[in-house]
Amino acid sequence: MFPDKFTFSIAEPINYAVNWLVLNYGDVFEAFSNGILWVLLGLEGVLRGSPWWYVLFLTGAITYIATERFSQSLVLIAIAFFMGVLGLWDQAMQTLALMLIAIALSVMIGLPCGVALSKSNRLRMIMLPILDAMQTLPSFVYLIPALMLFGLGKVPAIIATVIYAVVPVIRLTDLGIRQVDQELLEAARAFGTGSFQRLFGIELPLAFPTIMAGINQTTMMALAMVVLASMIGARGLGEEVLLGIQRLDVGRGLTAGLAIVALAIVLDRITQGYGKRVQSMRRGGET
Amino acid sequence: MTAILLNNICKVFGADSAAALHLLQEGVGKEEIRRQTGAILALRDVSITVGRGEILAVVGLSGSGKSTLLRVVNRLIEPTDGTVTVYGEDVLGFSGAALQAFRRQTVSMVFQGFGLLPHRTVTENVGYGMVAQRRPRHEWEEMSRQWIQRVGLSGYETAYPFQLSGGMRQRVGLARALATQAPVLLMDEPFSALDPIIRHDMQDLLLSLQAELQKTIVVITHDLNEAVRLGDRVAVLNDGSIVQTGRPAEIILRPANDYVSGFAVDVNRLRTLKACDIMVPSHAGQAIDLTVAEDASIEEVLSYQVLRKEPIKVTNSAGLVVGEIEWEAVRALLKRDI
Repeated sequence: MFPDKFTFSIAEPINYAVNWLVLNYGDVFEAFSNGILWVLLGLEGVLRGSPWWYVLFLTGAITYIATERFSQSLVLIAIAFFMGVLGLWDQAMQTLALMLIAIALSVMIGLPCGVALSKSNRLRMIMLPILDAMQTLPSFVYLIPALMLFGLGKVPAIIATVIYAVVPVIRLTDLGIRQVDQELLEAARAFGTGSFQRLFGIELPLAFPTIMAGINQTTMMALAMVVLASMIGARGLGEEVLLGIQRLDVGRGLTAGLAIVALAIVLDRITQGYGKRVQSMRRGGET
Repeated sequence: MTAILLNNICKVFGADSAAALHLLQEGVGKEEIRRQTGAILALRDVSITVGRGEILAVVGLSGSGKSTLLRVVNRLIEPTDGTVTVYGEDVLGFSGAALQAFRRQTVSMVFQGFGLLPHRTVTENVGYGMVAQRRPRHEWEEMSRQWIQRVGLSGYETAYPFQLSGGMRQRVGLARALATQAPVLLMDEPFSALDPIIRHDMQDLLLSLQAELQKTIVVITHDLNEAVRLGDRVAVLNDGSIVQTGRPAEIILRPANDYVSGFAVDVNRLRTLKACDIMVPSHAGQAIDLTVAEDASIEEVLSYQVLRKEPIKVTNSAGLVVGEIEWEAVRALLKRDI
């Protein structure tokens, strides 16, 4: 037995801190939560309200813009169609809305963080272990702070997803900017440009393919959170899997699982295709 | 008229630059400084002047500090000690904004690796410095086009750098630097990455543009052939110190030490030197018999003298005799070249 006198409970102070936060800043969290919820419900309404063929057409169009390959568009339309065939179209649209918001938030948070990391070696030294920890912690853990601050529902599901999925964007933005040719930046300095001009004119555009790879990984990690997020009240495909498990309905669970895979393939091909196309354009079609 | 004035420039890379500078002033050697303070000495007490419209070629082996020296002029590298004056302005006294304005308006630069933006077209790359000058789009696009034409790249306006050969890329780099209309041009081994024939073409291009534009140019190179071809004056740098400065002919004919003569060995004297470099001056008089112009190459002198090994008269542009070249003088050059 481990002696009692050496044990120390952090549960008590943490509960206290959370209570304090909720009591004093409850309004702030609620306003923030309502803001996200408003955007989410709006997007969800649009996706669920649109006719299925319109969403399919949009999928094809976006794929074509991203990859400039007609065949790729057709394949992705077929995969998206398959989600409907499985009878999970509505749930898929719910999950898609959740994913898009989570990815957008991840990029909005991750991109500036990545830029900051690339500019300061000290900040990078401090942040890298934290990012490592964020990626290695069991994803269940992220549900806890989200639950504490926002209660049950879609918003905490998004917050948990963002915390889990934001890391690749940060890492690869940092990497992409650090890989930009130093002579190029020196040339830009020699012509009297400021650091903002260099960031937006050179560093971010040249890091773009790497950043896209980060967004792609973030998307995949966000999808990995779908089932977990449904445990605290996010509806959609994750809930179907959860219900399948709870009722030992293997078929139902697997069907929803397939739909998640289909959604993952569509999002993956689009984000990956865009980054690759930009990169090959710059290298003269080598890649 | 002096355009660039570097005075007693020292540059030490490393944490403890103050201690290193102190040792330096006591005359301690480079290796010893590195051993004692860990700091690396790049420039030691370098003073240079460049006149308006003059080309100064700085030659040195890699690691001699020549790239550092060039970057001190526009403060891409901050010198540890010394003063930098460009067109009467104290460059080291500039604040951040003033330094940026100085780089936009007064100095421009050409890089060994070209430094072109891969995601921008030729026109946009040439316009880069003008965009930094905040000129309106229609203006810089028009000027870009003119410069693209002047460096011989017409038809490539919308091409991307990866679609161009090395020589063409450096033409873009040169056009970008000239388009800002800055009076000072810094060139960091601009043609080193190019094939010999292309390099020769680019040197010609630079010289023909310079004849019109009269920029103040500092060009860095590790090739004395290039230096004597481009430079009105040549400075030889070794281990962070200037070992010799002078006209190309002085460097070749009277090298200050073994380091300089080591460079000079590779130079083709017969083509580089001119008649006036080796003639014995004599009183002006009417040209008689066999003559060569004072700016004729030794090769040309030789082509006359192989037939008759007699002294040849040298005339200036007015046709008057200004000197004489003995056969022995040419033969001496020949011996060293063969």
